[in-house]
Amino acid sequence: MFLINCPYCGERDQSEFSCGGEAHIVRPKQPTELSDDQWAEYLFMRKNIKGVQFERWNHVHGCRKWFNMVRDTSNDKIHAIYKMGEKPPVE
Amino acid sequence: MTKYRVNKTKYIDQTKTVSFNFDGKSYHGFEGDTLASALLSNGVHLVGRSFKYHRPRGIVSSGCEEPNAICQINEDTDLTEPNVRATEIELYEGLKASSQNCWPSVNFDIGGINNFISPFIPAGFYYKTFMWPKSFWKKIYEPLIRMSAGLGKSPTKPDPELYDHKHVHCDVLIIGGGISGIIASKIAAKNNLKTMLIEDKNVLGGSTIFQKNENYKINNKYSSEWIEEEIAELKKLDNLTIKTRTSLAAYHSYNYLLAKENISDHLPLDKKNGGIRHRLWKIRADKVIVATGAIERPLVFNNNDRPGIMLSNSVKKYLDFYGVSCGFNNAIFTNNDSAYETAVSLKEKGISVKLIDIRKKSNSKIVKNAENLGVKIYWNSTVVNTFGHRKINSIEIMNLSEDGSNVVGDKSRINCDCLAVSGGWTPMVHLHTQSGGKLDFREIDQTFIPNEIDKNHINVGSCNGDFELEDIIKNTNNKIKNFLKVSESDFDSCSVIDSKEFDKRNIWLLPNYISEGKCKSFIDFQNDSTAKDIKLALREGFKSIEHVKRYTTTGMATDQGKLSNMHALGIIADTAGVKMGTLGTTTFRPPFTPLTFGAIVGRSVGKFFDVIRKTSIHEWHIQNGAKFENVGQWKRPWYYPINNETLHDAVQRESKAARDSAGILDASTLGKIDIQGTDASEFLNRVYTNAWSKLGIGKCRYGLMLNEDGMVYDDGVTTRLGENHYLMTTTTGGAANVLSKLEDYLQTEWPELDVYLTSVTDHYSTASICGPNSKKILTKIFPDKDFNDDAFPHMSYQNAKINGINCRIMRISFTGELSYEINIDSKYGMSLWEKCIEAGKEFKITPYGTETMHLLRAEKGFIIVGQDTDGTMTPIDLQMDWIVSKKKYDFIGKRSLYRSDTIREDRKQLVGLLTDDPNEVLEEGAQIVSDINKKPIEMIGHVTSSYFSPNLNKSIALAVVKGGKKMNGQKLIVPMENKNINVTVSNFIFLDKENKRINA
Repeated sequence: MFLINCPYCGERDQSEFSCGGEAHIVRPKQPTELSDDQWAEYLFMRKNIKGVQFERWNHVHGCRKWFNMVRDTSNDKIHAIYKMGEKPPVE
Repeated sequence: MTKYRVNKTKYIDQTKTVSFNFDGKSYHGFEGDTLASALLSNGVHLVGRSFKYHRPRGIVSSGCEEPNAICQINEDTDLTEPNVRATEIELYEGLKASSQNCWPSVNFDIGGINNFISPFIPAGFYYKTFMWPKSFWKKIYEPLIRMSAGLGKSPTKPDPELYDHKHVHCDVLIIGGGISGIIASKIAAKNNLKTMLIEDKNVLGGSTIFQKNENYKINNKYSSEWIEEEIAELKKLDNLTIKTRTSLAAYHSYNYLLAKENISDHLPLDKKNGGIRHRLWKIRADKVIVATGAIERPLVFNNNDRPGIMLSNSVKKYLDFYGVSCGFNNAIFTNNDSAYETAVSLKEKGISVKLIDIRKKSNSKIVKNAENLGVKIYWNSTVVNTFGHRKINSIEIMNLSEDGSNVVGDKSRINCDCLAVSGGWTPMVHLHTQSGGKLDFREIDQTFIPNEIDKNHINVGSCNGDFELEDIIKNTNNKIKNFLKVSESDFDSCSVIDSKEFDKRNIWLLPNYISEGKCKSFIDFQNDSTAKDIKLALREGFKSIEHVKRYTTTGMATDQGKLSNMHALGIIADTAGVKMGTLGTTTFRPPFTPLTFGAIVGRSVGKFFDVIRKTSIHEWHIQNGAKFENVGQWKRPWYYPINNETLHDAVQRESKAARDSAGILDASTLGKIDIQGTDASEFLNRVYTNAWSKLGIGKCRYGLMLNEDGMVYDDGVTTRLGENHYLMTTTTGGAANVLSKLEDYLQTEWPELDVYLTSVTDHYSTASICGPNSKKILTKIFPDKDFNDDAFPHMSYQNAKINGINCRIMRISFTGELSYEINIDSKYGMSLWEKCIEAGKEFKITPYGTETMHLLRAEKGFIIVGQDTDGTMTPIDLQMDWIVSKKKYDFIGKRSLYRSDTIREDRKQLVGLLTDDPNEVLEEGAQIVSDINKKPIEMIGHVTSSYFSPNLNKSIALAVVKGGKKMNGQKLIVPMENKNINVTVSNFIFLDKENKRINA
C-alpha cells in the first residue's frame, strides 16, 4: 500500500487514489485525419514495463485532481510526482 | 502436579489449576500454559494424524512453526475454529479441543491404512491416477477426494464475535519482543520517538527470558535476569506502546503493515462478554525494525516424524519456561552447539539425556559444560531409525563416514522417550521479503539472510543471522544507533559472556543403511512430503523450486513450510548438484500466520457491509409497501404491490395507470452534474455526440456520451439553465464514473477550457410525473403557471415556487408520455412528493418503480445504457444515427465510429422482437438463432429487455442481433431448455411511433 504525495493535498494512503494508466499519451488534435492504424495506436496501445514507468493517478477520494507519477513497477518506488502539464523529470 | 511437571517457573502459576478437554478426555493444566504445554505435562504427545498417510504425529515445536499439533477448538459451538496450533492456544478454563484428520479417533485411525499403501501413493499420485477413465471423475473420484481433503471443520453459522480495525501511525515499529527487539525499543523510545513494539506471545523476552546458564551472561547476570530488568524498565517508558498477543500478518510497501491482536481468544467462554475478539492494526511506520528471530531446523532422517520427536529448543522451552519435561529419558540429535543448552538444562534438573552429534568434535564452552556434567555424547553419529508407534521408544544410530555421505560400522540401539533434534537455525526473513527485500545466501551455516537496501527498514538479531549472544547485543545496538541516528545508548558498555565457537556440520538429508526408497525421511510433516518425493519430482523433470513445491506440496500446508522449506531447497540443491544460493527461495506471501476472516473484514459486516444511499422520499416508499431494488448503492423502489400482488401484477397495473391517467416516479437517484463556465457549451459539444452550442437557454436536450472507442457510455438529458450554466443528468449507476471521466478530460486533455463540474446528485430530489393527466396535476400544484404547450413546450424548463421554495420543472419524458420532472432542494423532497400525491389523488396517480419504468421505456424503444448496451454497442448499432452529429469536427469517440471494425455490417444491432404467441414472454439474456438445424448452432444475438406490455396487450422484447438492421420481418428462433420460441424481428418502437402522446 503506497504512501502517495498528492501535489495538492500531501501524503495520503493509496486507497484514496486510482491509477489511470500510462501518462503522456496526448489525445490527437485532429483525430479525423488519422488512419485506422494511427488511431488504434492512440486508442489501444499501452506499455506495461517492468521498471520505471510514467503513470497518471487521480486523487479520486480526495481533491479529485489528476497528476503524474514516475514509478518503478519492479519495486514500487515512486521516483517523482508532478502536476498535469508539467514536464516529466529527466532521470 | 503431574509427573511431567518437574520444574517451578515464574511463568506458570501452579496455584491456579485450569481444566480442559482434549479428544473427549479431561485434563488439568495451569494458568500460563499453552494447550501444547498442558498436554505434554500430562504426558500426551500424540495429537493428530498426518494429512496423507495418517501417521501418528506429536507436538514438535513451541510456536507458530508447529506443523503437527493443529486442533479443532470448541467443536460444538458457533465459535468453532479449525487448524489452530496447540502451541499457540493459551489454556483457559473449559477449553475443548480435538485432533483433526483422523477417524474414528487419533489412537485408531482408519485412514492409517494409507501409511501401508504409501509406496503406491508417491508425489503427484492424484495428478497421475485420477486422469482416467474420464467418466469416473464426476461421480467417483471427485466425491472421494473431497471427502478426504481438507483439515478440520469450518463453522456453519455466522460468526457471532466482534472484530475491529484500528489505524495507527508511529515513528518506529519494532516487530518481535525478543532480546534484539527489547534493545531496539528501548533505544527508540528513549530518543523521543513514538515507538510501537509488537510481540505475538503474551510474554516479552523471547528465548532469552528462560536462558539461565553460566555460559550466557550479560553484565555479570544470567541473561534471563538481565532481560527481565530491561523489560521492567521498558514498560515505564511513555512513548512506547507494547502490544503483546499481536502477530504481524503482512508487511506491505511504504512501511504499511497489518498486525492481528488477539484480545479474547485466551479468555474462558463465559468471560468474553461479547467484547472484541481480534483487532487488526493497520500501521504506517516511518521506520520498521524487524526482530522476528529464528526458527530451529529439524533434521531429515528415517522415521523422523514419530510423536516424541521434537525441536531441541522447544524441549528446552517446555522445561525452563513451562516447567514440563517432555521425557525422562531424553536423546538429543544435533549438528550444532545450541542443542547442548537443552542438554545442560535437562541434566541440571537431574533428567537423563544423551547426545548424538553428527560433528566430529566441538570445543565451545557449552559443550564442555555438558561434558563436565557427565552427558554422554556420541560424536560423528547419526540416527538411522526410530521406533515406537504412538510415541518414540528407541532409536538406532550409526557412525558417519569421513565425508558424511554414508554410514559406517554397526548399528546400536538407544532407548529414549523423547528425541530432541536441532539442525541449526533459520532466520525468519518472511517479513523482510514481503516488504520487497532481497536475500543473500550465507554458505557457512547455509542460511538466507536479509540483504538490506531500504533506508527505512532493517533487520536485527537472529532474523538477521546473528545467533550468538554477544553478536546479537553488539550488532543490534550499533545497527539501531545508525538507523535512528543516535550517538549513544544504554547498551554501549554491555559486557557479554557467551559460548562462542559456533560451528555446524550441515547435512540436509542424513545418510542411511536402508535404501532411499524404503526410508520415510519427512521434510514437510503436515503435508507428508518426504525426501524421496522431492527426488522423484526432480527425476520427473521438475527443476524450478516453485514447481517442485507445488508438485510435492512441500511447504503448502497451513504452516506454509516454516520447518520444511530450507530442507527442500537443500535436498534439491544437493540432488541437482547446484549451489543452494543460486536456487532462490519460494515466495513468502502474507499472512505470516493465518488470519481469521473476521479480522480481515472487521466491522464491515451486516448492515455495514456497504454504504446504503436513500432518497429523501425513502420513508414514503417504505410506508407504501414498496419493494426495493439495489442500483449501485442506491435503494430504488422496484414496484409497489397492493394486497399481495405479484411483481408481474403490480407492474402491469402501474404501467397501465401511467399511460391511462398518471404515474409518479422517484427519479432522485439519477446523477446530476452542475456545469458552469464560459466554455460549458464547447465542453458539451466535445463530450456528447450531438451539438449543444445552439441550445436555447431554458431548453433541454437528450445527449449520448461515448467512450473514445466509440461505444455508448452513458446518456441523459441536459438542461441549459443560463448562458454559461448547464445541469447534466446521468444514469443512476453511471453518475460517479461520468463525473470522473469528464474531470479527466478537463484536467488532462483540455485544461484550457473554463469549465467547473460539481456533483449535485444528492442536493436535489426529483419527482417525475407522467401520463395524460400530468398537466392537470401540475396545474393544481403550480396554479400560477401556464402549462400550455406554447408557454411550456416539450424539452424546456422553468423555475417555479412551491410555498415559497424554489424548484425547477423540466418537461422531459422517459416514457413517451406527457411528462414533467420537478427538482427541489432535497430537504423538501418528501413534502414535494406528498403534495404531488395529494394533487394527483383525483386522477388516481400511481407511484411506480424501476420495473415499470423499464417496461414503459421499452414500449417506446428507448434504450437503457447498461441493459440494452454492454460496452460494445455504438450509437449506429443502436440505430441512433440521428443523434450523432455529422457537422461537428470532433467529439469523444467520433473517430472510432468509422474504424474498420465499427463499420462492419454484421455487428450486433438493436431490433425489436415479437413472439408468434403474443402471450409468450422471452427471457432476458436468451440467445437468438436463425437456423436451429445447422450444427453447431450459431448464436446471432441475445434478448436485452423483455416484458408483457399491458398497453399493447402482447409480449415485446428488445434484442441485439447480428446484422439486425436489415432483418425486419424475418423469422428467428429463441431456443430454450424445453422448447423453441418463434419470433419475428420488428421495429423496436412498439408504441406511439408518431410521438403523439408527448403532447397529449
